[in-house]
Amino acid sequence: MDTIQFILNGMMREALSPQTAAVAIAVIGLNIHFGFTGLLNMGQSGFMLLGAYGFAISIWHGLPMIVGVLFGFGAAFIFALVLGAPTLKLRGDYLAIVTISAAEIIRYVGRSALLVDFTGSAQGIPGSQYRTPFANLSFFGSGQFTLIPFNYTDVADGAAWVRIIGWLVAIAVIVLIVLRFRSGGAFRGIAQAAGMVGLLVFGLLLLFFLFPVPQQSTGVNGWWVRFVAWILVAVSTLVVYLLVRSPWGRLLRGIREDEDAVRSLGKNVFSIKMQALIIGGLFGALGGIVYVLPASVQPDSMGRSLTFFCYTALLLGGAATIFGPVLGSVLFFAARIGIKYTAAAYVPDSIMNNQQTEQFSYIVVGVALMLIVIFRPQGILGNKRELRFNV
Amino acid sequence: MSDHMTQPAVGAMADPAARLALTSGFEATPGATKPDAILRVDNIVRQFGGMTAVDVQHLEVQRGLITALIGPNGAGKTTFFNLITGFDKPTTAGKGAHWEFDGRTIDKTSASSVARSGMVRTFQLTKALSAMTVIDNMMLGAQDQAGENLFKSMFRGTWGKQEKENEAKADELLARFKLLEKKHDYAGSLSGGQRKLLEMARALMSDPKMIMLDEPMAGVNPALTQSLLGHIQNLRDEGMTVLFVEHDMHVVRHISDWVAVMAEGRLVAEGSADTVMSDPAVIDAYLGAHHDTDLGDDALLTDEALEELAEEVAAEDAVRQAEEEAEGPK
Amino acid sequence: MKSRHVVRERSVARGVAGLILALLLAPVLAMISSGAANAVDTLCLPSPDKGCIAGTIRTEDGPLADVKLTITDEAGTATEVTTSDTGKWNFQADTEGTYVVKVDESSLPKDLDVATGTVTVVTKFGVTKPGLLTIRTANYSDSTSKADELVQSTVNGLRLGLLLALASVGLSLIYGTTGLSNFAHAEQVTLGGILGYFLINQHGLGLWFGGLVVVLLCAFTGWFQDRVLWQPLRRRGLGLTQMMIVTIGLSLALQYVYQYTVGARTVRVVQDNPSVRSIGPVTITNQSIVAMVISVIVLAAVGYALLRTRIGRATRAVSDNPALASASGIDTDRVIRLVWIVAMGLAGLSGLLYALVTNGIKWDSGLQILLLLFAAVTLGGLGTAFGALVGAIVIGLVVELSPVLGMPGDFKYATALLILILLLLVRPQGLLGKPQRIG
Repeated sequence: MDTIQFILNGMMREALSPQTAAVAIAVIGLNIHFGFTGLLNMGQSGFMLLGAYGFAISIWHGLPMIVGVLFGFGAAFIFALVLGAPTLKLRGDYLAIVTISAAEIIRYVGRSALLVDFTGSAQGIPGSQYRTPFANLSFFGSGQFTLIPFNYTDVADGAAWVRIIGWLVAIAVIVLIVLRFRSGGAFRGIAQAAGMVGLLVFGLLLLFFLFPVPQQSTGVNGWWVRFVAWILVAVSTLVVYLLVRSPWGRLLRGIREDEDAVRSLGKNVFSIKMQALIIGGLFGALGGIVYVLPASVQPDSMGRSLTFFCYTALLLGGAATIFGPVLGSVLFFAARIGIKYTAAAYVPDSIMNNQQTEQFSYIVVGVALMLIVIFRPQGILGNKRELRFNV
Repeated sequence: MSDHMTQPAVGAMADPAARLALTSGFEATPGATKPDAILRVDNIVRQFGGMTAVDVQHLEVQRGLITALIGPNGAGKTTFFNLITGFDKPTTAGKGAHWEFDGRTIDKTSASSVARSGMVRTFQLTKALSAMTVIDNMMLGAQDQAGENLFKSMFRGTWGKQEKENEAKADELLARFKLLEKKHDYAGSLSGGQRKLLEMARALMSDPKMIMLDEPMAGVNPALTQSLLGHIQNLRDEGMTVLFVEHDMHVVRHISDWVAVMAEGRLVAEGSADTVMSDPAVIDAYLGAHHDTDLGDDALLTDEALEELAEEVAAEDAVRQAEEEAEGPK
Repeated sequence: MKSRHVVRERSVARGVAGLILALLLAPVLAMISSGAANAVDTLCLPSPDKGCIAGTIRTEDGPLADVKLTITDEAGTATEVTTSDTGKWNFQADTEGTYVVKVDESSLPKDLDVATGTVTVVTKFGVTKPGLLTIRTANYSDSTSKADELVQSTVNGLRLGLLLALASVGLSLIYGTTGLSNFAHAEQVTLGGILGYFLINQHGLGLWFGGLVVVLLCAFTGWFQDRVLWQPLRRRGLGLTQMMIVTIGLSLALQYVYQYTVGARTVRVVQDNPSVRSIGPVTITNQSIVAMVISVIVLAAVGYALLRTRIGRATRAVSDNPALASASGIDTDRVIRLVWIVAMGLAGLSGLLYALVTNGIKWDSGLQILLLLFAAVTLGGLGTAFGALVGAIVIGLVVELSPVLGMPGDFKYATALLILILLLLVRPQGLLGKPQRIG
């Protein structure tokens, strides 16, 4: 029981972590590229790294935080422009090759010893160099708290049956929410929307009740950065929702399917694709900034693997859906930690040592990515008829 | 749907006499000058490797009429279409290649600008966006949408009203093409003929001056062919110019006011359907493409013989299409 | 029709299940077969609460054994380490911080100059930091002529290019015949090196015989992959983008299977150090010469097969136009199966030679060169086997020559990728590709 509680607590911590939120934002951007427009951007980690560098280097060199954010966005904007201009007129796989190569170039340049004063070369930039202005904005005060003070230990001394019932209810609520999203009209009509919001809030409270995670209030990796990160996820989701339900979003979907058809209707396909590349890239940069807030800027931690994780999260949640990126990212990180902890707890060390549980969890990630794409390309929330891979 | 919506407006060209006036009084030679040309093409050449696919010295398309561009398989009709609509670039670009639409030079204009200038095309292999609904397909056709601007798109207030107007227009067109009950279906669920209709209706959303149809009858069942032909005539009667590509002369005869014939990339004949079909150059062109078809002297001109030819061509086309499709992403 | 579809689904499911089982079991099998793998070396392995400092003491003549080094931490505690027979030394740091590494000059052989005798290293948990000390023979001259350097780098570039070519010809053939960009191709390269480590280093197979077995095993994985995964997926009509993402998943899984079995360290195929010879201004190991000769012979054989044999012509026909090839009676499935077998065999050979030439292979060695492979294939023209060959040589030369020609050394991979991007701008079809309408 305690082992299970430990594993689930770990999953909850990981699901809530600011880095999960950061990847969710980057995946929201990737969803605009790949999900809605069909652009095969294989360099989302490059956008993230540029955002992180722009932010961290500016603050490290004494510029105000807002300028840092703008530099991060500016770098990603120029990156998108430079990559898009030559490739968006070519076949889709050229964009893939160019973006993945360019992202690697950014990483190689970032870790170059020549730029040690700017990027800190391979060591990166320690978080302490740029974190302070952000932490100073916090109105959470200092100290440590658990999100809701009332948790399972307060009911019947945290007996097993309390938790088991709680877990079952939580699973039921999550399944219900997913089903409502899949049916499409989750927010159609005021009553529906209110019910949905109620269900979401109840689900969250229930999770906090079952898995109390104490964190520092502000600190390096505390509630403050989590709060801001998840607010940004919510705002990003809202922006994408507004964008894709509009005629502009309709254009993206048209281009995803057949750009010649859209061109024949008098639309400037190149310009729309460029806009999509830029918007998605800006989300990538924002994700990158959030990604490094609780950590440090490490070029090698933002390489191709991170892009591939983004794709896994996107396809898991469902490409071309509004909530897919968020759901996918949360599930991706929570499940990976769950697998790791479970393997550590139940597989004897002689078969799988501690380090190997980490690697095992990534093997499962790779296999899961293959399975999703083969058997459920629309992911959890997607609509099979709408989602085609026609790049 | 009320009646006035399904009945198209009637323009001057609904009158056969008016059409006749525009197609007579000048010599019907290849590249003939028309009384009021909407499209003028000069010196357009496209080569693939060493092979010349298109080499047209001069062609004019008369405003307000249905012009058919026919020719045997491989005559370069579709390539010609691609060139003038900006989907392909001529090999001679900058060396005298010139074409203008409605008085505006468009030889260096992108495909999307050509469409915006009022010349909208459809494709031989239908490009209905099958993972989108019929209405979304239609809405894509509307021009100058405020909501297609990235910044305005987030604020429904800036485009909501226009969206409603466009939707009403789309409903009207869908009703006319008998697709209204499929409005919320995915385009992928439509039959081949319905997709052709949808593609045509979508092109009409932009109120074009001229509509260019690439083999609109290919792969459509005979019953729907009649209705398609009727729609094309209606468009002309409303005042629109129609240029369409077809390899089947038989189909062309009924509806076209003017026929231009291409063979091996060149324009070999022009004239009314009947005169063109008795033109030795045309017979040569069709025979030249089918050496193995012995049709006798006059046999070529019988409907049966033409049908036979058309079937052969269609079979060849089908093979070619299959190959093109199998080639994967373009 | 429907039942056929169901059967197809089932066969895909069975194939995929087989593959997954193989993937998940691979670590366990490898563990059993390797047995003593972890006991062999006494290297410092970084972990979440340990950092490492490591280096090699050598002159331009070779490594120096039994040299003493003193390592002092921030608190002033000094530790002494001694270099091994291969001149290697390492140190385990239990705290993160600054360490000073100093060479004990009295422990050095005579007639040596110490160019850098002291170095400061900042350790971090979970990583090995290099401690670079420079020792030279007294008659060392710093001024190797630019021309000599150029010749040496050209030879190195050719060597890298040939190794890349072995792998990228296969990548290109797969792209040509199936349209698939195989992101897991690089992991096949790693597989060649890792299998070489297990068979030759661990199980003592002879280098030549073991090498042959490695190539055959890798070729078998090609057959196996196509049988259980790619062919069922093709039959199922999976889109190319979807298939590409499947290869990404496979690549991730394989990378961590390797890391699971051999860890994050570099493993070597042969234990002894290669002998070096000098030809004019060029210094090169015997292994490199043999590797280059093997590459040239194998590439020539592949080229001959493509041009002259029936099956080779069939392969090119499928590359040109699968539907037409199929219509003219070529069994495309058989051709593709063969292409997978050959491509994986070549990639394995490339990995084995790479491990021999560069003195070892790591779980992510393939990942390091993946982009160079893609660059080679794209540079030459997507899907043209001979283009890939030319592209690989060009990329190899660019990587090795760019530092000589003034690019900073850590930009050499970036330079290759930059050249790729620039070339795509002017000539999207690649060097040898046929111009075709795009967009």
